[in-house]
Amino acid sequence: MALQVRVATTMAEAAGILGSDQRTRLLSGGTLVMRDINEGRFLDGTLLRLTDPAYHQINASGARVELGAGATMAMVLANRDLAFLHPVARAIGGPAIRQMATIGGNLFAATPYGDFAVALLALDAQVMVQSGYGSARAVAIEEFLNARERGASGLVTSVQFAKPQNAADFRFRKVSRVKPKGVSVMSIAVHLPNSASRIGQARVAYGAMAPAPVRARGVERALEGKPLDAAAIQAAKAAALEGTRPVTDAIASDWYRREVAPVHLGRLLAGEGR
Amino acid sequence: MAKSPVQFRLNGSDRATFVDPGDNLLVTLRRGLNEFGPKYGCGQGACGVCTVLIDGEPHLSCLTLAVACEGRHVETVSGMADGPNLHPLQNAFMDNFAAQCGFCTPGMLMAARALLERNPNPTREEVIEGIAGNICRCTGYEPIITAILAAAGNRGQRQA
Repeated sequence: MALQVRVATTMAEAAGILGSDQRTRLLSGGTLVMRDINEGRFLDGTLLRLTDPAYHQINASGARVELGAGATMAMVLANRDLAFLHPVARAIGGPAIRQMATIGGNLFAATPYGDFAVALLALDAQVMVQSGYGSARAVAIEEFLNARERGASGLVTSVQFAKPQNAADFRFRKVSRVKPKGVSVMSIAVHLPNSASRIGQARVAYGAMAPAPVRARGVERALEGKPLDAAAIQAAKAAALEGTRPVTDAIASDWYRREVAPVHLGRLLAGEGR
Repeated sequence: MAKSPVQFRLNGSDRATFVDPGDNLLVTLRRGLNEFGPKYGCGQGACGVCTVLIDGEPHLSCLTLAVACEGRHVETVSGMADGPNLHPLQNAFMDNFAAQCGFCTPGMLMAARALLERNPNPTREEVIEGIAGNICRCTGYEPIITAILAAAGNRGQRQA
């Protein structure tokens, strides 16, 4: 047996093929799957290409954003309605990678990659997953990322989320040792909607601080209902490591990640540069 | 293993070859079409030495499925010169000593070309961003950045 390539023209057809053959992998942007082929980890099975235009579409003009799973980082950067996500897309690879890397692929990128998924987690995104020939169902991104670790399958067709009412409510920071492009020591995304100058429904997410992007629930509790002042930021920093499980890899040790996480969280919340 | 035909425009000429199902574009160019401009570096998308333009946009050929290039326009460093006349970027790289071992140069030139096609007068920061996906272990990047800025300047003078 060896690799074979199939082409699906609709998302339903692709979901059907993926559901019927565990050895089939979807080729989206290629930055994950082609790497596995090049390194000999995927040499036996089916490579599925999907040509459905809807898979690559972005709808961002209204209050609700829908990003097709096949939309690339370059497409996000070219969309003015997604300006609040431009710092996230720009943080991923160089220009060539951004032409190729997709939203859907980023949801499957193993830590310390997957910075866009961190942003989607802070935005409380819904992941639309289609299994077989039925219609897609919405899965909360946190649930999706947890299921990813268990090897759950299905075709991700798009992600959907409410656009932040105020672009300044959403902030993102990627911490890396190599400038301007390096792999994440960690990444942080926060969405802090506020009413009457008090934060409501805070969402804070980390990348590279656990085996998959993770919510910082201790930080969210520390900020909830408070103005974003020095006292709240101090409380958030004190709770910064709750629920984290950073690993040691070639980029940083778990100790280093624990040391710098509160510092960078504090700077992001305070609106400071690096 | 059954091979598949693939046909695309390579540096302005129609080319066709047969590829194995999982072949990437880099392998196809180097082994199938004797186009040795793009280099094999990491095979992971981390180094940028295999950068080519596909329909005018930079792509990493080591991560591009060859059969997905059917009918598209692929450009490599070999297509930059016009006969004996080097591209302004190539001249600028020579004038500014932007190549030492030269292994990164084909990818750097294609990344730089993609940048200047989109942004003819980039700032230094934009140049750095434009080559951020390309690694050079010799030059320390400064001569490369200087060369790209110089090429942009020369281009502006020519247009004027």
